[in-house]
Amino acid sequence: MSENKEIIFKVQNLRTWFPITKGAFKKVVGHVKAVDDVSLEVYKGETLGIVGESGCGKSTFGKTLMMLERATGGQVLFNYDGEFRDITKFNKDEMFDFRKKVQMVFQDPYSALNPQKKIYTSFEEPLVVHGMKDQAQREARMQEVLKMVNIQPDYLMRYPHEFSGGQRQRLCIARALEVMPEVLICDEPVSALDVSIQAQVLNLMKDIQKELNLTYLFIAHDLSVVQYMSDRIVVMYLGKIVEVADSRALYDEPLHPYTRALLSAIPVPDIHNTKKRQVLEGEVPSPIHKPSGCAFHNRCPHCMEICKQVDPTLAVQNPENGHMVACHLYAEQQKKLQEEQAAASQA
Amino acid sequence: MDNKEIILDVENLNTTFISDRKKIRIVKNVSFQLKRGTALAVVGESGCGKSVTMNSIMRFLGKNAIVEADKIQYNALRDGKVTEYRLENIEKPHGPEMRALRGPEMSMVFQDPMSSLNPVYKVGDQVAEGLLQHNKGMTKAQAREKVLEMFRKLGIPDPEERIDCYPHQFSGGMKQRVVIAIAMICNPELIICDEPTTALDVTIQAQIMELLKEMQLKDGKSIILITHNMGLVAEMADEVCVMYMGRVVEFGSLEDVFDHTSHPYTQALLRSVPVLGLADGQKLETIPGATPNPADLKGGCEFADRCPYATDACREKDIPMFQLSPGHRVRCLRYSEYPVVGSGEAEVAEVQ
Repeated sequence: MSENKEIIFKVQNLRTWFPITKGAFKKVVGHVKAVDDVSLEVYKGETLGIVGESGCGKSTFGKTLMMLERATGGQVLFNYDGEFRDITKFNKDEMFDFRKKVQMVFQDPYSALNPQKKIYTSFEEPLVVHGMKDQAQREARMQEVLKMVNIQPDYLMRYPHEFSGGQRQRLCIARALEVMPEVLICDEPVSALDVSIQAQVLNLMKDIQKELNLTYLFIAHDLSVVQYMSDRIVVMYLGKIVEVADSRALYDEPLHPYTRALLSAIPVPDIHNTKKRQVLEGEVPSPIHKPSGCAFHNRCPHCMEICKQVDPTLAVQNPENGHMVACHLYAEQQKKLQEEQAAASQA
Repeated sequence: MDNKEIILDVENLNTTFISDRKKIRIVKNVSFQLKRGTALAVVGESGCGKSVTMNSIMRFLGKNAIVEADKIQYNALRDGKVTEYRLENIEKPHGPEMRALRGPEMSMVFQDPMSSLNPVYKVGDQVAEGLLQHNKGMTKAQAREKVLEMFRKLGIPDPEERIDCYPHQFSGGMKQRVVIAIAMICNPELIICDEPTTALDVTIQAQIMELLKEMQLKDGKSIILITHNMGLVAEMADEVCVMYMGRVVEFGSLEDVFDHTSHPYTQALLRSVPVLGLADGQKLETIPGATPNPADLKGGCEFADRCPYATDACREKDIPMFQLSPGHRVRCLRYSEYPVVGSGEAEVAEVQ
């Protein structure tokens, strides 16, 4: 299904490293490898979910795609009507133009809106900045986006404190939609909200996506929320992608031991569920001192000798649905598959 | 049931806060009983009064809070003998009587491990403080031994080294273990956990929950778990208490609440949570509207404005509790053919 889809983002070997400095001369003594060698493709109109525990680099990855964090290495190619351009090399003007196409929704709706400004002022700013000179036109656009998120247009004259958390998050989504972006990067958009409000916002986001044919990058730590929202899911661990799969396939047959543990750790609201839970030992190691070889090996129940030395690469496991996994358990199968493909292409 | 079986008995607990010279009732006629050695889950959204209820029982609230109750009875079981404590009658919430109970009898684990530890003291000293406070004559060396033992029990790696570390040297999950160690060190019978894993990752959450379950099953502790995660409830609890806007709206055993879900709010809560493995295209059900401001409530059922079954009668007066089956109580007029139990009559009288 994925072959005939248009690619909107092509990320190649992306790295975002933060230097650790020491001493009076700020000597660089090491790096926090928040995003380390990540390659993936995002298709137009899909929702790509990114999950992982705190500190796995998922938010940094989202920010790097918007160039809110400078990439240390690698490329981020964005589709400009068929032509791929590397946004890591953009100058200021190009960047400005790019941000019209990609917008971001942040985690905390309480701090994302300026409490001293009316919603009107907060909403007008992006339109003014992006050159909509006519005030009547601006107002029309503001009312249009408010309608999309089911908030009455006359609420524009209110201040943020007059809204509830769910309404504020909808306002943040509306503001991101004003400049008609193609991609919305949502960084934990519902984790600050109450359970009964979460569902409202999630459903609204789904409806808007259908209406505007948006592409979502949905970053969250809650796998059940991500699974509900996404078409494809990327699982990250310590700055690396460990598994990529269709959301259904990831749930039905998770391959990587980490994904399995993550799935089984989620408490199920069903008292007749007899599935034995697999509890992971230990915690996520610090990204400064990453374990050698596979970063997961010291918590992995299937750890082998090779895992301690060689870092596995992300490779296709199931060519039918594009299920990819980075784990030595599947290395042989993947190798065979690659040889078969090579033979087929030669023939 | 006699006092031996019941560890905590709360009847008609009301907590009122004074804010801007107005009285706002946050907890309204909450009654429940906790059986010894079982786990009770208190579920509800933020602002529903679940934390305030527990803080009222522990008498942690400040001077702007008025705690009134017919009964908050804690039954301490020592060497087969039951001693009753009436917490609502203790005059000074921070006086010696209450302090003698907090720690050796009942203790609390708070939500945010990052802010419940003092950053400038070593974790070992913070855990030992309660021990030294409650056991006069215990030496520091003895206390240290005890703390090490507790750290080992809670699965903190290399306790001899970690005991002299400061909180910032610990990860979130380890900090929460330290907070649990502080709560557990005096060997209390009742542990109240206020959203103990909300700030933690799912894999760490699973570890902490395993730990709590073990304490309940092995050591026979009684646990009250405050949470908004229905999944945790299903795994941990024996009984469930659902709260909405300061009232208990449904109370029952795990089977009652999950298999015979009766209150519309509980039903909606269970259906609006995304569960793994939803069929493609299946939509989540939503609860319309938002939780009201407790200062604006007019009386009648608090959930009426968001309820699909609401009638005019719902908004007229406060709804009493109806008993559907022994132990299963629901505050909803749809079950008015069932007998009224407990606090219901008092409330109706109050409205008249």
